[in-house]
Amino acid sequence: MPIHEKSLIRPENLKTHEKLVVDGVDVSGHWSTFIHSRVVTDYNEALQEEIAALPGGENIHRCWQCGSCTNACTVNAVNPDFNPRYWIYLVRMGMESELLRDKDIIWQCVSCNKCTYACPRDVVPEGVMKALSHWLELKGHTRKSPSMIFDEVFTEQVIERGRIEEGRIIQSFFRRTGQALGQDWLIEMGRRLLRRLPLAMLTRLGLSSVHAPRTHGWARSRAALREYVAEEHARQRRALGLNELIEGAQRDAAGIPHA
Amino acid sequence: MSDSKADKYRKVAYYPGCALEGTGHAYDRSTRQVGKALGLDLVEVRNWNCCGAMEAKNIDPKVQTYLSSRVMSIAANEMGMDVVMAPCNGCYHNLKKAEYDLAHDADSAQVVGRLAQKAGETAYRAGQVETIHALEWIKSAIGEQGLRERIRGGLKGLRVANYYGCMYTRPRHIFPEKNAGPGSESTAKPHFMDDLLAAAGAENVEFALKTACCGGAHTLSDSDMSTRLVLNILQAAEAAGAEVIATECPTCHSGLEMHQVRAEKRFGKKTEVKIVYFTQLLGIALGLSPRKVGLHENVSDVFAALKSRGVA
Repeated sequence: MPIHEKSLIRPENLKTHEKLVVDGVDVSGHWSTFIHSRVVTDYNEALQEEIAALPGGENIHRCWQCGSCTNACTVNAVNPDFNPRYWIYLVRMGMESELLRDKDIIWQCVSCNKCTYACPRDVVPEGVMKALSHWLELKGHTRKSPSMIFDEVFTEQVIERGRIEEGRIIQSFFRRTGQALGQDWLIEMGRRLLRRLPLAMLTRLGLSSVHAPRTHGWARSRAALREYVAEEHARQRRALGLNELIEGAQRDAAGIPHA
Repeated sequence: MSDSKADKYRKVAYYPGCALEGTGHAYDRSTRQVGKALGLDLVEVRNWNCCGAMEAKNIDPKVQTYLSSRVMSIAANEMGMDVVMAPCNGCYHNLKKAEYDLAHDADSAQVVGRLAQKAGETAYRAGQVETIHALEWIKSAIGEQGLRERIRGGLKGLRVANYYGCMYTRPRHIFPEKNAGPGSESTAKPHFMDDLLAAAGAENVEFALKTACCGGAHTLSDSDMSTRLVLNILQAAEAAGAEVIATECPTCHSGLEMHQVRAEKRFGKKTEVKIVYFTQLLGIALGLSPRKVGLHENVSDVFAALKSRGVA
């Protein structure tokens, strides 16, 4: 079979004989390129339902594979392996092992919503990307992504105090991801800012680093939100057939690498 | 533009949001100053909370719906206001999204109702307020003609690339008033900022990346991706001949500033274009001092650039 687009086939599935003569015809090298046929046996028929049970994934069944999402995608333009249309296809087909090949880049969706804007079927591909990232983490296929850690740090502060303070978010995020605060670009930004001594801004930032901004009378909202998030997360874990105690989280806490 | 809208927007509930109290302080400052100079009345939403930004929805979308709707509920039920103005794209987007979800999704309305009840608050009902962006506020309340009459000094042909980012136009279904015929904003090619700055004397360059993404959601969690996306925007603006990029979102603004420095430090790519809030430019055009609109709080040296150009 002639191969038009070798890039679409994984290197391990291509076979080329350096020296091969068939019926007296020399087909060495390029002329003897064959594709190993691929057999998929491990369909997960529940995959689409599992993704649809997570927030953002509800409309995945509507996709008719036009590819508008991938065509519009910001991240795809930087990394062609980032392909929302293809992942939606894999989920709908139940091809879990194929999906897992891309598990480490799915979280990179920047939520620009160009896909959702372009989609003629209201699939909300941006939401599907978030549902996929959650699914990968809940099932223990990936560690918590830096993006998820950021979302957690941020949302914890909102639920705690009603408002966030950027300095605390940055510190907390860098600490949890093991990064140094003294990044060269951060120091350079500070240096440029200090040249003109923006006193009002510095005073404000200084004050909020001592007294965190907060919404008054927030205690009841905090309690209601915490209860709701706990209920929702328990529901999601049940929908994926996981125990109430997430194994992945336990592994994370113990620092044990995921399978 | 109808006069009723102009009247309605003369006094609005102002929702600055968390970023405008921190890194986006210059946006808060210049928005208030421009409002004052134009004779518009801003009444800050009492005891507001974070809208949930880009992050809360990833923990659970309805947490964001509740947070955003609480702000609208205070404006409507405690302050008796019918318009909420948010200069931050994130806040603006989230309030519009909550509005849409509460009107169209019974489940969202039910969850928000339950959370509000537990918190001892009046739940927001869809339609109680109209949420607008600072661009719509000035465009409708003052308009280009009104602005032209009030300009003192103006922007003297300063070449501007207008950058709107993602959250101001996408997804389109949460912005039913856009793409609604003559005079309305476009989600494909937004122009409100272009219109206002042109009236203030700027020369808008042909800029293809008006609604490109700056990678703001991953500015710290996937910084190299954000730096690449921002560098695209900076380089496209420079190629279009822009001296400054005008912004209307604190996350885009600080993202552009941060990754301009980061691109220089990590990728060795230096760009000269300056980053400035559109309200800062309007303020300068209205004759306000650079300090008053917080130009000295910007990381990129807009102050010097405008000075050498004879604008500030």
